[in-house]
Amino acid sequence: MNDRLRTSLGTSLRPLLRWETGLALVVVVIGIAGASVSSEFFTSNNIFNLGLSYGEIAIMTLPMTLIVISGEIDLSVASILGMSSALLGYLWARHWPMLGIFVLLAVVGLAAGAINGLLITRLGLPSLAVTIGTLAVYRGIATILLGPNTVANFPTAYTNLGVNAVPFTGNDITYSTAIFIVLAIVFGVVLHATPFGRSVYAMGASTEAAQFAGIRVKRIKTVLFMTSGLVCALAGVLLTFRLNTAVQNNGLGLELYVVAIVLLGGVSIFGGKGSIIGVVLGVLAFAGIQNALFLTNFNQEAAGIVTGALLLLSVFGRNAASFSSRLRAWLPAGRRGRGPDSPVGEPPPTAITPT
Amino acid sequence: MNLRQTAGLAVPLVVVSILLAACSSSSSSSSSGPTTGATSPSSASSSASAAAGLKTGMKVFVIPKNLGNNYFTTADSANSGGAIAALQALGETGTETSGTAATPASQIPAIQAAISKGANALIVSATDPTALCPTLNAAMKRGITVVTYDSDAPTCRDLFINQASTAQIGTSEVDLLAKEINDTGDIAIVSAAASATNQNAWIGYMKQELAKYPKMKLVSTVYGNDDPTTATQVTQGLLEQYPNLKGIISPTTVGIAAAAAVLDTAKYRGKIALTGLGTPDSLKKYVSDGTIKSFELWNPANLGYLAGYAAVEVASGKINGTQGQTFSAGKLGTFTVGADKTVLLGPPFVFSSANINQFNF
Amino acid sequence: MSTTVVSRSERPPAPAGTGTRRLTERVFRIRESGIIVVLAVFVAVTASIQPRFLNITNIQFILVNTTVFALLALGETMVVISRNYDLSVGSVLGLSAYLSASLFGQHHGIPIVVVFLTGLGIGLACGMLNGIMVAAGRVPSLVVTLATLYIFRGIDILIVGGKEVVANSLPAAFLNIPKATVFGIPDLAIAIAVVIAIGAYYLRSFRSGRELYAMGSNPEAARLAGIAVGRRVFMAFTVSGAIAGVAGVLWAAQYGTIDSTAGTGYELQVISAVVVGGVAIFGGSGSAVGAALGALLLNTISSALYVLGISPFWDQAIWGFLLLLAIALDRFISVRLTAALRVRGARHE
Repeated sequence: MNDRLRTSLGTSLRPLLRWETGLALVVVVIGIAGASVSSEFFTSNNIFNLGLSYGEIAIMTLPMTLIVISGEIDLSVASILGMSSALLGYLWARHWPMLGIFVLLAVVGLAAGAINGLLITRLGLPSLAVTIGTLAVYRGIATILLGPNTVANFPTAYTNLGVNAVPFTGNDITYSTAIFIVLAIVFGVVLHATPFGRSVYAMGASTEAAQFAGIRVKRIKTVLFMTSGLVCALAGVLLTFRLNTAVQNNGLGLELYVVAIVLLGGVSIFGGKGSIIGVVLGVLAFAGIQNALFLTNFNQEAAGIVTGALLLLSVFGRNAASFSSRLRAWLPAGRRGRGPDSPVGEPPPTAITPT
Repeated sequence: MNLRQTAGLAVPLVVVSILLAACSSSSSSSSSGPTTGATSPSSASSSASAAAGLKTGMKVFVIPKNLGNNYFTTADSANSGGAIAALQALGETGTETSGTAATPASQIPAIQAAISKGANALIVSATDPTALCPTLNAAMKRGITVVTYDSDAPTCRDLFINQASTAQIGTSEVDLLAKEINDTGDIAIVSAAASATNQNAWIGYMKQELAKYPKMKLVSTVYGNDDPTTATQVTQGLLEQYPNLKGIISPTTVGIAAAAAVLDTAKYRGKIALTGLGTPDSLKKYVSDGTIKSFELWNPANLGYLAGYAAVEVASGKINGTQGQTFSAGKLGTFTVGADKTVLLGPPFVFSSANINQFNF
Repeated sequence: MSTTVVSRSERPPAPAGTGTRRLTERVFRIRESGIIVVLAVFVAVTASIQPRFLNITNIQFILVNTTVFALLALGETMVVISRNYDLSVGSVLGLSAYLSASLFGQHHGIPIVVVFLTGLGIGLACGMLNGIMVAAGRVPSLVVTLATLYIFRGIDILIVGGKEVVANSLPAAFLNIPKATVFGIPDLAIAIAVVIAIGAYYLRSFRSGRELYAMGSNPEAARLAGIAVGRRVFMAFTVSGAIAGVAGVLWAAQYGTIDSTAGTGYELQVISAVVVGGVAIFGGSGSAVGAALGALLLNTISSALYVLGISPFWDQAIWGFLLLLAIALDRFISVRLTAALRVRGARHE
């Protein structure tokens, strides 16, 4: 069993190591490019601001990584963030003690994730559709809670968590950055060095095989979704304090950025492949590019084009060899695509089989 | 496998080339009109500012609620005589920047980037009254002048350039509608985002003014979120829910255009009066076919122009927002600072079929 | 994205005997009529509380509002049936809306048909781009269309900047398209219904249409059976793009004012409409008519909320809940159907 797992780990990690080196190179290139076009790129102030602007997104990518590796997806992350923010505002406006609010938010985050997990594992519903549905339901709850209102009178002791640097680290590191670093280490260790993590890879590669190997697929997936819910609730708190505003549309639309970063980080959408290091590099690449664009006078409206192009490169770069051979086979006119076009040496995707 | 390794190297190479292309397009001044890079001021204008005791060569960033909004493009760009035109006339460097989503989360990175780029002054239309404060306060602490225009963040700026008295916008909208419906009937408001500062302020004054018209009643306020689909649906909902509706006020350019499109049929034209705040270009059709008799706005370019001058005045230390201080705003004349560190552009301007064709924004 | 229990790929597809065909078609009809029933119940309840809901003008509003989404749902259905996703439809719509509508201002007197063809062409080009990348690149469509969602929107913003197309530059005949009615039914609704019917007929009766279903049910088996998978996928995305392009022109006619934000956020709504309408998220089943009805249902609910004066803040929560209900229901149906087909398959042996 151990050997088989090790080889399966080897096959999943080895091609990725190549992706991560490439990505690390990209991050270095972005760093160089950024520093050359703007002297402010590597200032501590700029890095601090980057941490502020992207901290919550970065934090949400970590549980998403595990979920995608396990073969699922969670599009409701930004709505759980929004629901947490709205609940925070709602309860604060009704004079609940902050500590009590935190506890309730954690419970609500866990519950939201649990609902996702149960619908997916117990009812066997596809996670893409389920989380599109819960994206709407949780955002809807946020809207119902706050309506058109805004809550913006949080005490400075708490809003400081959103905007100040962590003490004793010298003005560079925001709380969200610190939390991201800690969580990245935790998730990294869990994913790469524990049986739990190995199970996640295994079930992403093949649910049936994992089940036959005795892995409790349903339980683990539910745990993953609950973790995501909890982490997103935390991100919601951080965002609310950073903006000192709880409003219904906090975090609207962030889920696509989270997915894009995870994919950029080399996690395969089919499951079974990916690493935390890759996603951390993906966060750096994404934030770095957006920031570099802002610091130059590049038309930042077009920043979306760069994000999209990066995303495309991230999938095509890995398929480059098979892409060109398949394009060659596909182009000649009049020839029906008879026979297997499966590319050389690549296993057919196994994960997308409905019951 | 060889090809795969090559592919692994090809990816960073392609990325590098994209970035280089991006950098080269930015070192030549960037593409879209309103975003002007460093333009060297003419000696005549710098002497004009020197004569007035104003600093020159400052970096000023104009940060509207979002990019890609026609109203703000007019207010900010040099071509239309907006904020950047004023800044250039004074010998400063003006750049327009913002996010694309009209939310604080989208606007804040732009503000931070401006600070990082060494801004001396920021001219901001606030997406939220409080969410920007941590960032704006940090800017002010570094000695950066913060002037808001169009939409305020009351507790964290040096000066607010208001297009017209908030009270006057609210009251004049109601008066305009009242005249069209003979002071009688049910009316409704189609607003923008539920949390927009300026919207809620104006609506507050509208409700006050309605007290003067006992035969008029506000039956509903709905939110179109500055999105045409939503604004259309909420307007349609009003028409069905309140068959006796006589008038609609929509104090948002997107809302009034959407409502006009809904009312532009034989059934509603002329039977339900529509007024509000809108840009002349987007409403010319509806004024000419009678769906809208009159509406208000101000000249957004003048608003931006005034904001440009005001920011330079504050950044040069000539005024600090105390009530009663005066300053010159070039072609617009002299202005006096009012209460709450606010400067008023002037009364709202009424557009109607008599004058709408003179305007092109 | 694997699911639990037995995978269908381990069993050969059920022989296409007439009995099987009839059973699956009966299930499709049940699913479609299910939506009609829900729609009818909803309308009845709302109308009983607020009779004005059934005003002819309100019905016209709902029908016209639905047309753009129903069109997008048709294109999306073709893609989803083949087990792909097109997230770029909103961006394509926005790009097409601005570029085509701006033709009126630039070339006075240009025939409306030419403008529609331009929109179609823009959508076609975008769709072909998606199609080539998914078909030849064998890259998951979710990722590709997520990327093109950003790229097309970015191109739109670059082109449009702060400009907008205003109603004044559009000919009255164009703006009248959504308003024209015959016997009280909007012309546009009739036209779209015809298009949907054609699309549905194509999917069910033409070989290439049916091949999409096969590809969605079991990609490997479809490939081994000789179906030109790449070509069909390319076609599905091309058609989806072209439809989104035409939808963009209709959008312009409806709203009259077009800037760079047109169509933002539509993709998730369209996918929801399609899933609520009975198209399985993993492909292989569903109908264009069902998807259009799903779009109609979601729009009707929005309208009902506004008319009833219920806070529209409930809108999103309600459609999210409906979506969850729909996929749970579909799961239930597909489990039963698979079991029934397996029994039949066994009987044929």
